[in-house]
Parts: sequence; C-alpha cells; structure tokens
Amino acid sequence: MSQSVVGAIPPSEPAQGGAAPLEVARKIEGRSPWRLGAQRLAHDRAAMVSLAVIMIVVLMAIFAPVIASVTGHGPYQQFTTIGLSPSGQPVGPNSTFLLGTDDLGRDILVRIAYGARISLLVGVVATALTVVVGATVGITAGYFGKFTDTVLARFMDWLLAIPFLLFAISLVTVIGAGLAVVIIVIGLFGWASVGRVVRGQVLSIKEKEYVEAARSLGASPWRIMFIDILPNVIAPIIVYTTLLIPLTIVTEASLSFLGVGIPPPTADWGQMISESQSVYQYGAWWFLVFPSLALLITTLAFNIFGDGVRDAFDPRGDQLFV
Amino acid sequence: MARFLVRRILQGILVMWLVTVSVFLIFFVGPGPGSVARTLAGKQATPQVVAEVSHRLLLDRPLWVQYGHFLWLLLHGNLGYSFYHGQSVNSVIAAAFPITLSLVTGAAVLWILMGVLSGVLSAVRARSIMDRTFTGLALFFYSMPTFVLGLLFLLIFYYEFTIHGISIFPGSGYTPLTQDPLGWLRGMILPWFTLALVSAATYTRLTRGSMLDVMGEDYIRTARAKGLSERRVIFRHSLRAALTPVVTQYGIDVGVLLGGAVITEVVFGMPGLGFTAVQSIQQQDLPVIIGVVIVASAAVVLANIVVDALYAVLDPRVRLH
Repeated sequence: MSQSVVGAIPPSEPAQGGAAPLEVARKIEGRSPWRLGAQRLAHDRAAMVSLAVIMIVVLMAIFAPVIASVTGHGPYQQFTTIGLSPSGQPVGPNSTFLLGTDDLGRDILVRIAYGARISLLVGVVATALTVVVGATVGITAGYFGKFTDTVLARFMDWLLAIPFLLFAISLVTVIGAGLAVVIIVIGLFGWASVGRVVRGQVLSIKEKEYVEAARSLGASPWRIMFIDILPNVIAPIIVYTTLLIPLTIVTEASLSFLGVGIPPPTADWGQMISESQSVYQYGAWWFLVFPSLALLITTLAFNIFGDGVRDAFDPRGDQLFV
Repeated sequence: MARFLVRRILQGILVMWLVTVSVFLIFFVGPGPGSVARTLAGKQATPQVVAEVSHRLLLDRPLWVQYGHFLWLLLHGNLGYSFYHGQSVNSVIAAAFPITLSLVTGAAVLWILMGVLSGVLSAVRARSIMDRTFTGLALFFYSMPTFVLGLLFLLIFYYEFTIHGISIFPGSGYTPLTQDPLGWLRGMILPWFTLALVSAATYTRLTRGSMLDVMGEDYIRTARAKGLSERRVIFRHSLRAALTPVVTQYGIDVGVLLGGAVITEVVFGMPGLGFTAVQSIQQQDLPVIIGVVIVASAAVVLANIVVDALYAVLDPRVRLH
C-alpha cells in the first residue's frame, strides 16, 4: 500500500496517494491530500464567495414555496388584472411584483425561484449520470486495454464527433420532452469527455506497483478497477464534475430555450428567457434580464468554484481542464 | 504521412457510418412501427395513402432493407425531398449553408484574434491587473449562455437603439452579401460578436495556459540568453509552440459550428443550417432534419481529419502513433 502518512506531505507531492484514510495516533500528524486540498480551497476567497452564491441559489430552490407564500403568488398563478397592463403587456418591477411579471401575468421572482429547482436538479443529476457512466467506461477501457479499449475509445470518439445539440433535439422530439428525457439525453451524450480523461489516467495508473501487487495477490479485475484504481482517479473526476455542472445547466437551459427541454408551464429559466422574446419589443426588459441574470450568476458561481476546486485538488492537471 | 491520412480517413468513414446508423435508429425505428409513413403522408392522409407511402418508401420491408435503401440513397448524394419546402433537401441545405458560413467565418476570425491576443497578453504579464481583467472576462463569457448574450445584445443594440431613433442593427433575418453588402454587414455584426465573445473565452484560457507552459521551457531561456528581443521570444518562439492545442480546438469548433450555429441562428432569426434544423424538427420535416444532421456530422468528421493532418505536419511525433 502506498500510504505516506508520516510527516506533512509537501505540496509538490502528487495528489495520487489518493484516498488514504486519515490514520490517527501518530506523533506527527499526517495530512491527507484531501485535507490539504480542502485547506487550500478554504483560503481561496473567490471560490468561497461563489460557494456562498451557490448556497443562496440552493436555498432559493428549496424555499421556493416559502417565497411563493410570502409574496402570495403561486408559480402558475396568472394575475390578469394586476399582473398585466390594460393593453395586456407584462408589468415592470413594483412593490407587488418585485421583479415584474411575465407575458401571462405571473410573478417572475417566484418563477425564478422555482426555476432554480429545475436547473440545479438537472445540473446535479445529469452530471452525476455523466460522471458515473464516463468513469465506468473510462476505467474499463483503460484497464482492460486491447480490443475492449479500441472499441470503447472509438465509440467515445464518435460521441464527441457528432453535433450534440442537433442529436439531442432530434432525440427529444422523437421521445417527447420532459425532465427525465432531458437528464438522460444530456447524460447519454455527455459522458464521453469524462470517459476520455479517466481512461487516460487509468492507462498510467495500471502500470503502478500496487496494481501489480493486487494482481499477484489474486485480486479480480473488478476489485482492482474499483478498489485499487478508482480512488486514485477520484481527484480529477471531482474536478471534472464541478466544472461539468455549469455546462450541464447551460445545456438544459439551451434545450428549454429551443422548446425541447422542460415543457411549460413548469417554471424553467431557459424557457422563461425564450418566452421573453415575444414581449421584449414592448419594453419588458425585466422578463429577459432577471431570468438571464439568475442563469448567468449560477453558471458563473459554479465555474469560479470549479476553478478553485481544480487549483486546490489538482494543481498540476490544468491542461486537462481548460 | 500517407498511411496516417488513409487511416484517419477510414476512421472518419467508420464514424460517418455510425452516424447514419444512429440517425436511422432515431428517426425510423425510434418513433415505432408505422409512424414514419404517417408523418410523411401528412396529417389528413387516409390509411390507404399511408399504406401506399409505406410501400413506396419500402417502410413495410424488414429494417435492414430499409437501412440499406437509406444508405444507398445517401451514398448517391440523394437526401430526399422536403415536404414542407417542396424542394429537394440538397437545395434546402445549399440555401442555408451560405448563411451559416457567413456567420461562422466572421465570428471565427473575431474570436481567434480576441482569444489568442488576450491569452498571450495575460500570459506575458501573468498576475498583472491586465491578466486578471482578461481572465475574469474570459470566465464571465465562458459562463454566459449564447442565447442570453444574443438576446441582451438585441435588447440593447436593437430595441433600445431603435426606440431612441438609431436603427443600425436589424432585429432578425439575413441579407445576402451579394444583394446588399452594407445590409449584410449590419445584420452580421451582432451575431458575429455574440458567437465570437462566447467562443473566445475558451481560447483566452487555452492560450494563456499553453503559453505559460511553453515559456517555462529551457529553449525559451536559451532564446532569451542569446539576446533576442522579448517580442521575438514571445511571438516567434513561444506562441508558435503554444498554438498547437489552440489550432486543434479551433478546427473542431469551426467544424461543429459549420454544421449549424444552432442557438445564434435561432436568436437572430438567421435561416442557416441550425435554424433550418430546429424549424424542420418543429414541422416534422423528417428528410430535412436527417439531411442537416448528416451534413453537420460530416463537417465535424472532416474538421477532425483536417486538424489531425495539420497536427501531423506540425508535430512529426504524432505520425508514429
């Protein structure tokens, strides 16, 4: 086992000692790469600010019903008298509707809060799906090599070489739009990039002595892949995951913007922005600007946080994750 | 080199074959039996008409016969007829492609200039205020969804400008270059900048990272030690080596977008390939969707081959693998 526990690990030590569990009761405290990374991350002010922003968005999503009850406006409730001007246009921000109303007289603030649920749900679940599939395929291809690797690597090349958006739109149109469909389509097309990164890492790790040791002890391939190798590729996987979440959120919003994502009347940021197109010519800037800001602030926060995680946990891996 | 190219082209053909299989599965098998014939026959078609369409297009034959027929027509460059536009898919695509080409060419020139320049400046003066500004801007635009930027541009430069009596930029549409060069330019500026700013962000980050790596190399120190001017060290020695990953990314991005800059085209109402694809999906215009997806995939595959060939020319080590 390659656990270097005695003495503080110098920062230049590669992060590959990996998942060494914290061993206590030593005179000189050993800090695992995880703790070192967490400490580095905690000192990154930009990353901490964006983490706070992410928490606010999460709270907004969780407490969307509270926001709805405080304002007294349900997410689907159409205020045709006070929420629309006499000519039937949306009304701007005022004391009743803090962020104005949309083209059907619904409260934009409440709908943004509910929209956060969709964005975060898809962002996290679809990314998780992407990463699980990508990591599994990547480890399998990298570990078994030969024919398995050739087939899987070609398949990943193919996935990366097709126009994602067009295929996604086509698939959603054939299957029918919906939350689960969006998540599965994003997962289906997104895992290849994760797979490629993990495969590359596994190719070098499987030559290490401890893998050879495990093999000579008679460990099964599955045990070696998931007990011995997986913990050592988990750092790049985590980094990749944090950087993938904002991409997934944008993809979901884009699909909804194109009308093949989350079907109305569910509140969704991409869809709200799309609907705003019909009325911004009448000066309803708030309908476009506020959902756009919600989307932009969320993706920006995730990207800054993701950069921080990368710098903290994978200091040498920058080229992988530009 | 020839062997390398042949192998890459064969791989490209394999990928294209997989594309045809998946397109066939999505559109002919996915919707379930009989559905394609019904779609193609139109909404008012009687069962007899549907059966006739089904028979004429071999849709009542086994799947492999259908696929073989589909592939056979494709190999002859026959993408079928759009039943919405009433013309061949080839001419629908031929009409849409110049629009996508105008959009992508202009944007690509803008974003490579913006991206590489800001990336080099950032790397040369790493950690300076300029570096922080550029990396901050890059992160901002990297996080910016294309449709958000496009719509905000329209809100400011089209709507606000127009109500204040300045009408420089049209709200949507496309004016052909040959018809009215000035109108073409005015219509292209907002879409160009939308696509370019969103794309440039990746290049700023890529160039900066790659430049910083290269500038730590021994041969750069040697170049400096020889007494070369800093400008020469940066542009002749560092940038050249740093550009390799940038070129790779550029080729692939341009290839993907040439198959349709879907979002930008939709936001600005430009009837290019992406817009046509989205529109034909809404109209259930099956032949056009299939045509665009296949052309777009071919563009990506071709771009990949060109990039790999360029790469092999630039870096002889690649050819050996």
